[in-house]
Amino acid sequence: MELLRAEGLRKRFPGVLALDGVDLTVRAGEVHVLLGENGAGKSTLIKMLSGAYHPDEGRVLLDGRAVHIRTAGDAQRLGIATIYQEFNLVPELSVAENLSLGRPPRRFGFVDTKRMHERAVELLARVGVDVDPRTPVARLGIARMQMVEIAKALALDARVLIMDEPTAVLTTGEVEKLFSIVRRLREEGVAIVFITHHLEEIAAIGDRVTVLRDGRSVGEVPADTPQDELVRLMVGRPIDQQFPRERGQAGEPLLKVTGLGRKGVFEDVSFEVRAGEVVGLAGLVGAGRTEVARAVFGADRYDTGEVTVRGRRPARGDVVAAMEAGLGLVPEDRKGQGLVLGADIGENLGLVTMRGATRAGFVDRSGQRRAAAEVAEQLGIRMTGLAQEVRTLSGGNQQKVVIGKWLEADAGVLILDEPTRGIDVGAKVEIYQLINQLTASGHAVLMISSDLPEVLGMSDRILVMARGRLVGELSAAEATQDGVMALAVAEVAGPRGR
Amino acid sequence: MVGNVFLRRSWLAENGALVALVVLVVALSLLSSDFLSVTNLLNVGVQAAVTAILAFGGTFVIVTGGIDLSVGSVAALSAIVLAWTAAVPGLPWPLATVVSLVVGVVCGLVNAALIAYGKLPPFIATLAMLGIARGLALVISQGSPIPMPDAVSHLGDTIGGYLPVPVLVMLVMGALAAVILNRTYVGRAMYAIGGNEEAARLSGIKVSRQKLITYALSGGFAAVAGIVLASRLASAQPQAAAGYELDAIAAVVIGGASLSGGKGRALGTFVGALILAVLRNGLNLLSVSAFWQQVVIGVVIALAVLVDTLRRRGMS
Ligand SMILES: Nc1ncnc2c1ncn2[C@@H]1O[C@H](COP(=O)(O)OP(=O)(O)OP(=O)(O)O)[C@@H](O)[C@H]1O
Ligand SMILES: [Mg+2]
Repeated sequence: MELLRAEGLRKRFPGVLALDGVDLTVRAGEVHVLLGENGAGKSTLIKMLSGAYHPDEGRVLLDGRAVHIRTAGDAQRLGIATIYQEFNLVPELSVAENLSLGRPPRRFGFVDTKRMHERAVELLARVGVDVDPRTPVARLGIARMQMVEIAKALALDARVLIMDEPTAVLTTGEVEKLFSIVRRLREEGVAIVFITHHLEEIAAIGDRVTVLRDGRSVGEVPADTPQDELVRLMVGRPIDQQFPRERGQAGEPLLKVTGLGRKGVFEDVSFEVRAGEVVGLAGLVGAGRTEVARAVFGADRYDTGEVTVRGRRPARGDVVAAMEAGLGLVPEDRKGQGLVLGADIGENLGLVTMRGATRAGFVDRSGQRRAAAEVAEQLGIRMTGLAQEVRTLSGGNQQKVVIGKWLEADAGVLILDEPTRGIDVGAKVEIYQLINQLTASGHAVLMISSDLPEVLGMSDRILVMARGRLVGELSAAEATQDGVMALAVAEVAGPRGR
Repeated sequence: MVGNVFLRRSWLAENGALVALVVLVVALSLLSSDFLSVTNLLNVGVQAAVTAILAFGGTFVIVTGGIDLSVGSVAALSAIVLAWTAAVPGLPWPLATVVSLVVGVVCGLVNAALIAYGKLPPFIATLAMLGIARGLALVISQGSPIPMPDAVSHLGDTIGGYLPVPVLVMLVMGALAAVILNRTYVGRAMYAIGGNEEAARLSGIKVSRQKLITYALSGGFAAVAGIVLASRLASAQPQAAAGYELDAIAAVVIGGASLSGGKGRALGTFVGALILAVLRNGLNLLSVSAFWQQVVIGVVIALAVLVDTLRRRGMS
């Protein structure tokens, strides 16, 4: 039964026609996948269903009746709940408060904290995530934030649930949890709109797929359509090799980490990354991978151990020293840590190189612009120009800006934390090729990724972390998904809690 | 063309304060025949000067996402220090001026140290400095005005009997602020820090050090404003410039800066300060009572920020 229909939606932003007549029909009890390249208009489309944007033209029908969705409140009343690509949590508030945001349970006019916590515990149990509802959201990693977002949307008991790249930051285990929730909702007759760049998820969870290209719907196909065909519809050309890793000879160790530890977070972490090498760091969310990366880069302190970069020992907790030694970090949370959203693309791309481009206090701004234009071109960032505010870029294009910033800086050892999060299949291949170029010219790459096929496909060696410890190392030849997962969960029975 | 409409609309939105200033000037010149005379306009310039100089310093701070409530007090303290060191220990005036500027900068550094290392919210740290600097000004002067050295008092004069020096100082400080904000590392770092402090830090910007520079600049600009004000009056007064910090913040905000950081321009601030001065001058010419003037100015500030907020919302 058809529940939601959008007809001829058109939306223009200054300088871009984001949607150029898009149609979409979603049935009750189906998972409808939206597929399209970065900037194709997926998020814009769903924002018009959730009341965040208003279409310039076209209309939306619910149960066959035209509806006007002017605000998020309208959408909620109509039973449409949305999980946005960029989080909408209040970082300072606790998980429980975020879950009840706007409609806290009341008693005698006061917030009923006890009921609020009970409700939170129940919702968190539904999505199967183990966090204390009193934890401030800012202290959760990005994956747990995503699970809290999902729990928040479930609390609305919606008839239409829209999810914009919910799996981008999740590991396999959590994706499975999410899928079982989605399947249950589908059986209950909820209509689900699901955006993802992970093609393998489409057959696993989807029923039908609408493909968007350049703001137009170019086709509606069943979810069991072969991946090649989906790619061709979406990109307009086939992609022959998903992981084009060219392995070379590993050289000198450029990054050496010995006995690194921080109380209660990770301990005794030792590894090295050699010139020309891509080392993958796999593990479950909460295993401590991001924490190790941040400590190595000087973003956080560590208690024990040593970090050596190209023979130098940057002081602990000192980002600038780490950078001067030749380290770079693409952080996992682009909105919170990677980008100045209100600044333009050129400014963001030049943030790391700005110090080097300064003479006598003055920044060489034209040089900076030139370098930015080059990187933007190299990464194929879809924009109206370098002066476009980063906030208005599509999610995947924002991610390219974060990566671009460090490409420009030409760091000898690059730590990539979920580098292809939210990036479309075509652009992923381009980023992998850039990684190839980096290693071919003697750089070293440490890549944290929750996308196992990516870790397996691109790494020369794979380190597996569990519960704050390195639990294994596999060569590219011997590593399999099952092998990595077995290591990642093996230690879970260990003594240390988190 | 549709594109043109957007261009025009965004130009208007970006330059709302300028448009408001033009409208204001046109309206006042219609309402009062005295308004558009050269003497009156220069008078407006002189009246705007002190606020504008304070506001240029304030723009740095607000761009980083902070706030500096101490600038009025620091201005008064710096002027008192100049006058006192020239009068009592009898320092030559250039040296006294340098000491006075240093005092302003040190006040800013103390603010920044409390904020960057003591982790105090800028509001609290500079509120404390507001009291401290004012108190010190009163202590040093024992509560009475001190005459400014003659040489420095010339800052209150005009060049060629025509161009008031305060206006010139304002323009120079404005240009300086614009260059710092647009061209220098320090300025660009201010925008990055105000836009996203964590992203700035992870990009290798030394946030604490940049904040020290930012508040020191604000203190230095406040000292200059204090000296200009005192030289106009030919004496440094411990109670001078009380409440000016609010006018300065208002000028910055009317000029389009965002109190949450990352946005703001020297030119906007300049226009903001002019709007306040033109409004006061015009209301005087129209003999509106001083009590009502406060009401009008309050309404204008609210309107300016409201328009800005609506504009931002309209963009999404
Ligand atoms: N507020 C805005 N102002 C200007 N342009 C915008 C705005 N929001 C989106 N755009 C532009 O509209 C286009 C479509 O963006 P949208 O976010 O819908 O892409 P998407 O399909 O979700 O991509 P991704 O896979 O990267 O998330 C992009 O070119 C983007 O830059
Ligand atoms: Mg999107």
